[in-house]
Amino acid sequence: MATKAQSRMTPLKLFSFGFVALWLIIAAFPFFWTFWGSFKVQADFLSKADWMNALRGTNTIEQTGSAFTGAGYYGAWIEEDFWFNFKNTGIVVFFTVVISLTFGTLGGYALARSGFRYAFWILMAALVFRAMPHITLVSGYLLWFFEWNVWGILPTTIIVLVAINQPFTLWMLHSFFKNIPKDMDESAMVDGCTRFQAFRHVIVPVMWPGVITTGLFSFLLAYNDFTVAVMLLSEENETIIPAINSFMGTTQVEGKVMYAVAAVVSATAPLFVLILFFQRQIVSGLTAGAVKG
Amino acid sequence: MKHRTFFWFVLPTLSAMILFIALPIVSVFIQSLFVEHEQVLVVSESCGPFGCNPTTTVDIEATEKLREEQPLGRFNGLGTYFDRSHLALADIGEAWATSESLGEFWSKVYNLPFYNALTFTLAYTFIVTPLVLVLGLAIAVGVNNLPRALKGLAIFISLLPFLVTPLVGSLILFWMVDGDGVIGATIQRLFNDPTLSLKASTPLMWIMLMVYGVWHTLPFSFITFYAGLQTVPEDTMEAAQIDGASKWQSMIHVVVPHLMPLVSFVTLMMIMDNLRVFEPIVSFKAEAHARSLSWIIFNDLRESGNPLYASAGATSLITIIIVVILMMPVLVRTWRDFTRKSH
Repeated sequence: MATKAQSRMTPLKLFSFGFVALWLIIAAFPFFWTFWGSFKVQADFLSKADWMNALRGTNTIEQTGSAFTGAGYYGAWIEEDFWFNFKNTGIVVFFTVVISLTFGTLGGYALARSGFRYAFWILMAALVFRAMPHITLVSGYLLWFFEWNVWGILPTTIIVLVAINQPFTLWMLHSFFKNIPKDMDESAMVDGCTRFQAFRHVIVPVMWPGVITTGLFSFLLAYNDFTVAVMLLSEENETIIPAINSFMGTTQVEGKVMYAVAAVVSATAPLFVLILFFQRQIVSGLTAGAVKG
Repeated sequence: MKHRTFFWFVLPTLSAMILFIALPIVSVFIQSLFVEHEQVLVVSESCGPFGCNPTTTVDIEATEKLREEQPLGRFNGLGTYFDRSHLALADIGEAWATSESLGEFWSKVYNLPFYNALTFTLAYTFIVTPLVLVLGLAIAVGVNNLPRALKGLAIFISLLPFLVTPLVGSLILFWMVDGDGVIGATIQRLFNDPTLSLKASTPLMWIMLMVYGVWHTLPFSFITFYAGLQTVPEDTMEAAQIDGASKWQSMIHVVVPHLMPLVSFVTLMMIMDNLRVFEPIVSFKAEAHARSLSWIIFNDLRESGNPLYASAGATSLITIIIVVILMMPVLVRTWRDFTRKSH
């Protein structure tokens, strides 16, 4: 309940509202600008002469006859086969999330229910692993993957992403399972279940909120990954993020920059939808580690 | 839980982490002890009408064969760690001996590739992290005062820069601030200076990379602090008000201490993530002005056709050691918490 004193406008409050408004503009404007610009030609989107060109689409009208053009999207998706990269990303993301969550739930549950000292050490090691820059690990794989001839294919990347994802998944699910009362599975075991049966029949039905939240972050890690995919995937197996990067490398030709812009917008769209539907879970996941300690 | 059951439950996750995180670290270490084979040279005499000349040619076949047989290269001990592209102790010693001022010494050290990258990585981490903490708290307080209907929208918009793929997010900003972009071109016109561009200026590039860093990570600290604000005890706030504390005073003396555990959590996460700064450098094509530790490892591995495993391995291992040192305070605290709880 807001009292009169709390709802009064003070200069401090005005300042803080202004600050929030400024942040929201800085946060949203680049996305809006790029989305709008992706329907223009390069001379408008990157217009040295006058940025108003991008709004009015002066050159776009001149070159295509209309103020909006889908040429960038056509070029990226059809000419440069961007859909193919999307398919690869789909495969990588799906398997990474499913395998990560399977491994993570089993491990996280065991760590949450075990008071042994070595359980703590596993969590500590996971924390250190979580902090390693991914490229340092990649430099450890590369030589061996070449030697064993498994470089460049999707399964290798999936396994690597699963492993890199494990420390985070373990911590998250560990703190989630800690909040499920011990009595639940222990009473099932008193009734004669084995540990695994108790897990299967008592814990699995109630774990989905935590698993979905963790899954969202696994999804983001696999989807956003650049470092691993760019080093470990051959060109024909590229996922979208390295593909965007190679657009930038090879397409300095006039007009082709717009392919990259269209690809960038296409790559952001799924994330946008994800936030739209799962905002609450994402926020609770971000703060889960913090609030529970 | 019995040891046996515990073992079966953690087996999949543990083997994934051992095989693909722990062993690669060992492999990085082993790789760093070797260097690439030198090319096999063949000296032959070619005799002409004016006498014989020894000519040296590269035996490509033998070189290939050697590389195939011993892919690691030849043993070099810790040599790679101390060479010019890594710790470069000899060069530092020489710079120290020959420099007249500290500034001159520093500029010589800064020209060494490893220290150059280390400087940028640490500067990035320790400038972006505090900025993100302070600004995040300010936004969290502001959003907390907003009417209910606007809170959700504010959080939705804020999540965008955080969840967007780093490479994509930095590209989006780069297109705006580049010489032809909406902000870049406008700034050039305002200052009437067409040379004012990211690609031409190291300080500008550093600033832009850090601006990107703040833009990208601010939402995380904002949302964590916002969640923390929901748990500030009303009673304490009221008590402070009754005692005559102003808004600002109760903010500093009640809210901030309450959020302290969150501050250390956010700091830890920020340091971990900022130390691996990599994608924005690729997106901004910043390598002429700013390189991070991750970037130089990437560059070694990218070396066309013949990746420099030894050099990448040495840099990787030094990076891992730096990460562990910076995390030490947190690890020690978690250890203390654990031993306190278990007694």
